[in-house]
Amino acid sequence: MLAVLVSFFEWFGELGLFCKRLAHAIFVPPYEGRELIRQLDAIGSKSLPLVAMAGAATGVVLSLQTRDSLTRFGAKSMLPAVIVFSLIKESGPIITALVVSGRVGAGIGAELGSMKVTEQIDAMEVSAVDPYKFLAATRVIACITMLPLLTLAANFCGIVMGWISTTLAQPVSLRYFIESGLKHATFSDFLPPTMKTAVFGLIIGLVACFQGMRTKGGTEGVGRSATSAVVLCSLFVILADVLLVRLILVFF
Amino acid sequence: MIQDLHKSFGSQRVLAGIDLVVKRGETLAVLGRSGTGKSVLLELIVGLQKPDSGSVRVLGQEIVNLDWDRLNEIRKKIGFLFQSAALYDSLTVEENVAFPLARHTKMSEEERRTRARELLSAVGMEHDLEKLPSEISGGMQKRVGLARALALDPEMLLFDEPTAGLDPITAAEIGKLILEQQKKRNITSVVVTHEIHSAKIFADRFVLMNEGKILADGAFDDLRKSRNAFVTEFLREAA
Repeated sequence: MLAVLVSFFEWFGELGLFCKRLAHAIFVPPYEGRELIRQLDAIGSKSLPLVAMAGAATGVVLSLQTRDSLTRFGAKSMLPAVIVFSLIKESGPIITALVVSGRVGAGIGAELGSMKVTEQIDAMEVSAVDPYKFLAATRVIACITMLPLLTLAANFCGIVMGWISTTLAQPVSLRYFIESGLKHATFSDFLPPTMKTAVFGLIIGLVACFQGMRTKGGTEGVGRSATSAVVLCSLFVILADVLLVRLILVFF
Repeated sequence: MIQDLHKSFGSQRVLAGIDLVVKRGETLAVLGRSGTGKSVLLELIVGLQKPDSGSVRVLGQEIVNLDWDRLNEIRKKIGFLFQSAALYDSLTVEENVAFPLARHTKMSEEERRTRARELLSAVGMEHDLEKLPSEISGGMQKRVGLARALALDPEMLLFDEPTAGLDPITAAEIGKLILEQQKKRNITSVVVTHEIHSAKIFADRFVLMNEGKILADGAFDDLRKSRNAFVTEFLREAA
């Protein structure tokens, strides 16, 4: 039990040191512009189809599930608003973050873990290239930048599929659906929840890079790093969501 | 120059007071059994690890507490061939060799490609430029690793078990390549190995390590005359 506790605090201690080096790598020039653009593509563009599908599925599920409940309470006209608000305030951001945790978190954990056990990271360092700048900072910045954009895509696909699902049951024009859905939406309903995904991106990039770059134990270690990256990214995203929702309610 | 170097990992003492001087242009072979700290010694020389105590002077500069930027200036003058070559597996053979040129020189892309091809031609890899590291053999990876280590015209070369895992013929070829490059460039080299046959091809001087200390230091014939029981046994078993 004591060993588990010590190991728990050691992990956070090492994460703290990693954050310090990463912050230096992100804010102090020179910057790795070309590699950053490559990572924006790898993390953003290549996650788009998966995130769009997840958003679309969420929109359909919301439409199917809430239609019946709202009809029971005589509030069927609120269906567009419920779908749109659910998506933009919570479902869209959290689904996007969890999908990206799985795809990108595992990818980064495995890639950097594999580089660690085959001494490629050491080779980079010996070549006078800072691996924190080249590998970690670029991935973290790419995650922070792309999560809000992917969330917008997920929200859009969710709203469109939510409309299609609703229309199949009872024809509604897209214009009416969107107008009705967004009629009472304000700045604090849309922007803060979308921007909180930048924090999710930071968590995903940070934890995945950290787990990857501390890999030990050959191919088994790489597998462990990839798995632990996904699990920890997902867990911390969900916990961070609790805190961020509370902060959004307080400040906005 | 290394003075009174100590390094432990937890309770395991790896280096227990190492003193070593390598002259410019000399090729030093560091021999010893597996797990005696030879690779750690190389990592300390290039700053991948920090010693618990002692001094490490590389190319005239003390590196133990050197800041990152100044340490990197020294690293640009050192070429390192890792045991597994440590090629970047998402880059082709040519891109691997061009990587340090892209990072640290103002060469145009065409110039980098030309230089990379020259280096790869010197190690016999000019026909495999577009291949990925996973598509070439271990011996070929070592050749590419050597070409990459030479990319910035280093003043010093470090080799970590350059012939490990290779068949005798390929090991001899790699040894000859190392000797050829050293003669051509007159570079200071430190080669960590447990294979005496390969070491005899390119080394001017030998040190034998055991239990974190240097037991013998000199030309190969000097080692053979040593009365130390471990040295005698090591040379006998390696013959």
